[in-house]
Amino acid sequence: MKSKLKVTTKRKDSGEKKHSHLTISLIAVAVGLIFAFLLTILTGRSPFDLLTALVRSMTGFNLQNLGSFNIMYVLNWFLNAVPIIMTGLSVAFAYRTGLFNIGGEGQIIAGSTAAAAVALLVKLPPIIHPIACILAAAAAGALWGFLPGFLKAYRGINEVVICIMMNYCGMYACAWFTKVFLPIDPNTNDRTIAIMESAELKQVFSNSTSQFNWGFIVALLAVVLFWFVIEKTTFGYSLRATGFNKEAARFAGMKVERNITMSMMISGALTGIAGALLILGIYRYGRIFTSFDNFGFDGISVALVGGSTGIGVLLAGMLFGLFKAASGNLQLFNIPKEISELIQAIIIYLVAIQYAIVLLLDKISERKIKKKEIEEKPEGGNV
Amino acid sequence: MAYAIEMLNITKDFPGIRANDNVTLRVEENTVHALLGENGAGKSTIMSILFGLYQPTSGTIKVKGKEVVISDPNVANQLGIGMVHQHFKLVECFTVTENIILGAEPKGKFGTIDMKKAAARVKELSELYGLNVDPYAKIRDISVGMQQRVEILKMLYRNADILIFDEPTAVLTPQEIHELMHIMRNLVKEGKTILLITHKLKEIKEAADKCTVLRKGKCIGTIDVKTTSEEEMARMMVGRDVSFAVEKGEAHPKEKVLEIKDLCVKNVKGLMAVKNFSLDVRAGEIVGLAGIDGNGQTELVYALTGLCKAESGQVILKGKDILKLPIKKRLDSGMAHVPEDRHKHGLVLDFTLKENFVIHYYDREPFSKHGILQKNEIDQYADKLIEQFDVRSGQGKDTIVRSMSGGNQQKAIIAREIDRSSDLLLVVQPTRGLDVGAIEYIHKRIVEERDKGKAVLLVSFELDEIMNLSDRIAVIHDGELSGLVYQKDVDENVLGLMMAGSLKRVEAVV
Repeated sequence: MKSKLKVTTKRKDSGEKKHSHLTISLIAVAVGLIFAFLLTILTGRSPFDLLTALVRSMTGFNLQNLGSFNIMYVLNWFLNAVPIIMTGLSVAFAYRTGLFNIGGEGQIIAGSTAAAAVALLVKLPPIIHPIACILAAAAAGALWGFLPGFLKAYRGINEVVICIMMNYCGMYACAWFTKVFLPIDPNTNDRTIAIMESAELKQVFSNSTSQFNWGFIVALLAVVLFWFVIEKTTFGYSLRATGFNKEAARFAGMKVERNITMSMMISGALTGIAGALLILGIYRYGRIFTSFDNFGFDGISVALVGGSTGIGVLLAGMLFGLFKAASGNLQLFNIPKEISELIQAIIIYLVAIQYAIVLLLDKISERKIKKKEIEEKPEGGNV
Repeated sequence: MAYAIEMLNITKDFPGIRANDNVTLRVEENTVHALLGENGAGKSTIMSILFGLYQPTSGTIKVKGKEVVISDPNVANQLGIGMVHQHFKLVECFTVTENIILGAEPKGKFGTIDMKKAAARVKELSELYGLNVDPYAKIRDISVGMQQRVEILKMLYRNADILIFDEPTAVLTPQEIHELMHIMRNLVKEGKTILLITHKLKEIKEAADKCTVLRKGKCIGTIDVKTTSEEEMARMMVGRDVSFAVEKGEAHPKEKVLEIKDLCVKNVKGLMAVKNFSLDVRAGEIVGLAGIDGNGQTELVYALTGLCKAESGQVILKGKDILKLPIKKRLDSGMAHVPEDRHKHGLVLDFTLKENFVIHYYDREPFSKHGILQKNEIDQYADKLIEQFDVRSGQGKDTIVRSMSGGNQQKAIIAREIDRSSDLLLVVQPTRGLDVGAIEYIHKRIVEERDKGKAVLLVSFELDEIMNLSDRIAVIHDGELSGLVYQKDVDENVLGLMMAGSLKRVEAVV
């Protein structure tokens, strides 16, 4: 029954006018912002303060004190976008190949721990060292994606359940690993000592107070690679075919089980890299996780709003990165930082119910066409 | 005579395609009016307009003489128009009555549902129209034909006067079809008006009074069924003479291409579905495998293509035993296959047409180089196949296959498989659900392949198809070969006996 419903809506989509995912996302963002401004006014705060905070996070300019400019804000925006672009790509990759990766939390912790281990224990020259750390993190993330993928492929077990279990396995297993095998900082006891300098991802602008580092290059490369692999290669083609119709893919001679496992591993690797970028570029020490950072879950929103395409995830990641970065500025201007979470929530809800927006747009454009027809026939109809 | 429905000069445009072009349909009250057309001729579109699912681009609709705007299905219901969909919309675990009253529940005390009253009304309606439905039976326990009657009752319960049947016989057995035709006549006798959408000429001849023919979105004409022959209707529908018989010359079989030896296959329940089955297919001949559905055909085909494992035996393709090879290697060693279930095995419905065309060869030159898909090569290839095989779709090679009509989906598969030019063509149910035009075309292509020297193994449940196409006919009953005869030596009665297992004749061994 459910699948049949899907068919009819899809048919309608392709039959009637199409609205790009970008339009829908932009409308969602606009509505989210309008709502935020209304709420600010309702709670007796100045909407201008909200605007100032957002503009400052985006451009570095302070509207209330023109002339003051700090590039740090812009850099922090980009910095905040990097990990969620990676986790967004991860979720999008799984989604495009017919899987749902909700195991990002476990994968990012595994990636963080693996990167920290290589950064602490292996001596390598600069440049090569961070690359080795990132590869180790990708491998660890892939390992964490392997089990859900493998069980889904060969045993038909729902990947969502396994992914969520793997999140907790990741948290506790990595905490144990870090405590046993990595040198713990004796002063705090809740993290390792600093990683080797050769492994650090250096700041791009060393004179800035922002932590903005070369990790963003990795994220950009990942976006390009994602697009290329998914859209342009035979490998991406066979993964997508498997995701859409396992039986037809099997029939065309594709190795369906291997494809499903691979998809989940690649998705896990992308999230694992996000963990490495955080450790090497921001924390610069190994962490003992006691809770989730939610980067993995954020990736689901980013992939959803970005329509699971490479460029879409990049833009959506930048958008959500902005709201994350704006939290601090909001508080500075006496606006509760929950406002930024509220905007994000509204955007996600609106994109999730995008069919309602499509219907609305259809109605508007229908009206426009009718108006046009009336204007084009000024003599009053078809007598 | 008064008209129940008048759809005047209806035009409906979709992006890239005009589905209905100035179509006029007038349905007289108290008649069965058939709407005939090939897949993709615009039958479903015009009915969706009448039922309020689409809005016409231009044109007017009158119901019982009054001009109306049907903006959604609720309006259609209020006007007394009911639709029996091809795929039933029933809740499996509810009773017949519960399904029928869904959305129009009779209220009892304290907001409860007055089930007794509802069941009584269902029973009354059922008796009035001779439907013979038990109001308290659960949907999952009754047959498909019975479920369809529940759908009919649903409309009657809502006082619909005009009933639309969308391809109602696609899911029914011959016996059930006959009963349905009888029910339709009963309904008309009691004052209802019926619109029957179909592409089966036999049914129109049996049940309808008038028939409107659509072709490529245009209205070709409305005819009186009694005075028009099936051939004439077919010609109107397709736009040229249609031969029901397949023209083919003598077969010139050569060497053995496929040898099946003592093959045993188990089904999903673990029971032996194919038992010691042996059959040879030679180059330049069509061997038809006849049999009633569920006698091991599916398992046999799965074992040949590699979708399931065989227990024992040999499958020799061009002198090489392929039984242990994986699917891809089997296909590559010279087998092309048109699968029985085109949606499950044949196509990736959410891929575009061109992506589906290269599904076997996407990882080879010229369609990809060093693992990168070559867009230009794929585009050219897709255009070539679309032209050669006349595959019609809204946006050409970039159409999402899901949005194409069944006939064109099947043509796309046939195009892809025939173009592989393998030595063995394994065709299963190639024309299920297709209209006469498409059937004729596909049959012609299959015979052409034979004449080019390919070995063709045709598996079909349609006796007509087997008789028309085959040079030799093999019959499978309960997993065993119960007949192997030359087509010219048998008639349908003999085949029927072999299919039922009451006659065994294995004589056309080569």
